[in-house]
Amino acid sequence: MTAKMIRWAAAALAAGIALTATIASAEETVEYPLIKPTRQEWSFAGIFGRYDQAQLQRGYQVYKDVCSSCHAMSYVKFRNLADEGGPGFTEDAVKVLAATYAIEAGPNDAGEMFERPRLPSDPFPSPFPNDNAARAANGGALPPDLSLIAKARAVHRGFPWFVFDMFWPYQEQGPDYIASLLTGYQDPPEGVEVPEGTYYNPHFINGVSLRMPPPLDDDLVEYSDGTPQTKEQYATDVSAFLMWAAEPHLDARKELGLKVMLYLIIFAGILYFVKRQVWRGTPH
Amino acid sequence: MSGHSTYVPKTAIGKWFEARLPVVRLLHDTAVSYPTPRNLNALWTFGGILAMMLVVQIVTGIVLAMHYAAESTIAFRSVESIMRDVNWGWLIRYLHANGASMFFIAVYIHIFRGLYYGSYKAPREILWILGVIIYLLMMAAAFMGYVLPWGQMSFWGATVITNFFTALPIVGQPIQTLLIGGFSVDNATLNRFFSLHYLLPFLIAGVVVLHVWALHVVGQNNPLGIDVKSEKDTVPFTPYATSKDVLWIVLFMIFYGWFVFYQPNFLGHPDNYIEANPLSTPAHIVPEWYFLPFYAILRAIDFNIGPIDSKLGGVLAMFGAIAVLAFLPWLDTSKVRSGRFRPIFKVAFWVFGVNALFLGYLGSQATDAIIAGLQAVSWAKLSTFYYFAYFLVILPVLGYIEKPKPLPVSINDAILAKSVPGSAH
Repeated sequence: MTAKMIRWAAAALAAGIALTATIASAEETVEYPLIKPTRQEWSFAGIFGRYDQAQLQRGYQVYKDVCSSCHAMSYVKFRNLADEGGPGFTEDAVKVLAATYAIEAGPNDAGEMFERPRLPSDPFPSPFPNDNAARAANGGALPPDLSLIAKARAVHRGFPWFVFDMFWPYQEQGPDYIASLLTGYQDPPEGVEVPEGTYYNPHFINGVSLRMPPPLDDDLVEYSDGTPQTKEQYATDVSAFLMWAAEPHLDARKELGLKVMLYLIIFAGILYFVKRQVWRGTPH
Repeated sequence: MSGHSTYVPKTAIGKWFEARLPVVRLLHDTAVSYPTPRNLNALWTFGGILAMMLVVQIVTGIVLAMHYAAESTIAFRSVESIMRDVNWGWLIRYLHANGASMFFIAVYIHIFRGLYYGSYKAPREILWILGVIIYLLMMAAAFMGYVLPWGQMSFWGATVITNFFTALPIVGQPIQTLLIGGFSVDNATLNRFFSLHYLLPFLIAGVVVLHVWALHVVGQNNPLGIDVKSEKDTVPFTPYATSKDVLWIVLFMIFYGWFVFYQPNFLGHPDNYIEANPLSTPAHIVPEWYFLPFYAILRAIDFNIGPIDSKLGGVLAMFGAIAVLAFLPWLDTSKVRSGRFRPIFKVAFWVFGVNALFLGYLGSQATDAIIAGLQAVSWAKLSTFYYFAYFLVILPVLGYIEKPKPLPVSINDAILAKSVPGSAH
């Protein structure tokens, strides 16, 4: 009886598929990015992952010398550079660094706005006074604020990868994407038209090309710790820094997580024996 | 609650209280002496898990509300300040955001357990319908909560979903305008959604009380689906059910913690870390994962049916997919509750389960995506057809044509048969 039912159901399903297949058009839509991000080894990946302080410092340097000329990072404050689990600046260094930037404050008692040096509690300065100014200076494109970019970009992993990701966490899609994008610029292949004022990059998530010119090059930023001054190294370091900017409490989260998980696992073990003891002698 | 009270106050203060407000008796009858079938499996612990999740959501939500600002120009920023500057703010927010997902995972397991073991059948119809109402309220609460961070998916999800109402003739437009407080999703929408998002959990808690009350009147179903015949079939709730519930609640917390601590953004959408921008529409607008099956059903109806255009048809199908659950007690004509004794039902049920997951997958794909040579929307039509056929054709018909396996005489008999080797057959 059951087998017969299943056969009928299968036949009905096959007929349905055949019917709709004739209606379905076989048009494929192009999925961006054309090339999926390259997976990197990140110090902050996995259960025991932590940020690499030296890498965050180098990343900040790249951000400051290169990215910050067009991109804002308005959710991050100077004092965060001295926070635990961050680039590990000293409080004094933060004070000095912040004071090199000015901010408009006021009004004062005379009712006038004035400029003062930034304090550790002030956010990173934005390169443009407003979005329209940013667009006007960048050929109509708005350079996004980078505070959250590492969590705001993730390339679809597709089935079945997203299922595996559930059991073995892959939360570094953002930095992988950013590093791939920054090093992914190339000459457009023959026959590909790139709109005026944009640059071909098969790693871009939203089309074949973007308005941002290739920002990195070898020896562009000077590292003091002897790390190789290559385009790839810059890209990796700044991606790590952007992950920290988006998720400044990652270290604390993973540290607390380990304690909580261990506690819960031991507690569950005890409860298992409690349950067994309670139910002993009671067939169920 | 149902007149089998065994509570005897022992202390003087207990007696004094009992004579004035017998609330201790109520708690004792509900959580201690309540007779529970002794053959319940772990799937029966999800009621307790859901109660825990409701409490977690309310507690974390109240704390978040202390720091959140429901104003469209600063809402996004206030959430970021919770993540960055509020002590333990990142933990509270990740607990709340992932808690919503955990709540739905638990409720789906709870619902599918009910579907498999026939927990909706007489005398548990009201109990089941109250459950469907809780589920609906949960969906409304979750949807409105997702709007509050005011990211791109918040904004565009709200725009798409509130737009459903305009499909209704005549009353549709005014309902939508009232719901979003204007002609487009804006600050007024955010404000009323925040207000309602704070209200709904307490409505849920109220209906949960009715749900538990109804449960305690009719008693729990069990994996065999047969009625409790004597005291031999049951054990007292405490310590038997409580020890099991607590174990499974902690196991569920481990699963929950896995997401909160190691992949807090796995279940969310990256676009929601971009502030809402009414001038820029995301490439794909997708709802949260727990709505995806219904989203697939909505989009499956891309054709007109007589006077019903595709938009109204989709909305009716989507709401119908939930409403049909309320009629389930009368659609399933089989007298046997548990799927264990129903060979054909069993197959139809598992196909239904896989089909529901597949609908969820389809909901996450673009309608013109090609899956195994077929467009996603074509698959969605087939899946939607099976979804409704299960409730409207298969379950009503099966009751008449299916020959169930023989039922055990009592829960106690079945347990003894199992625990004494050789006497099982």
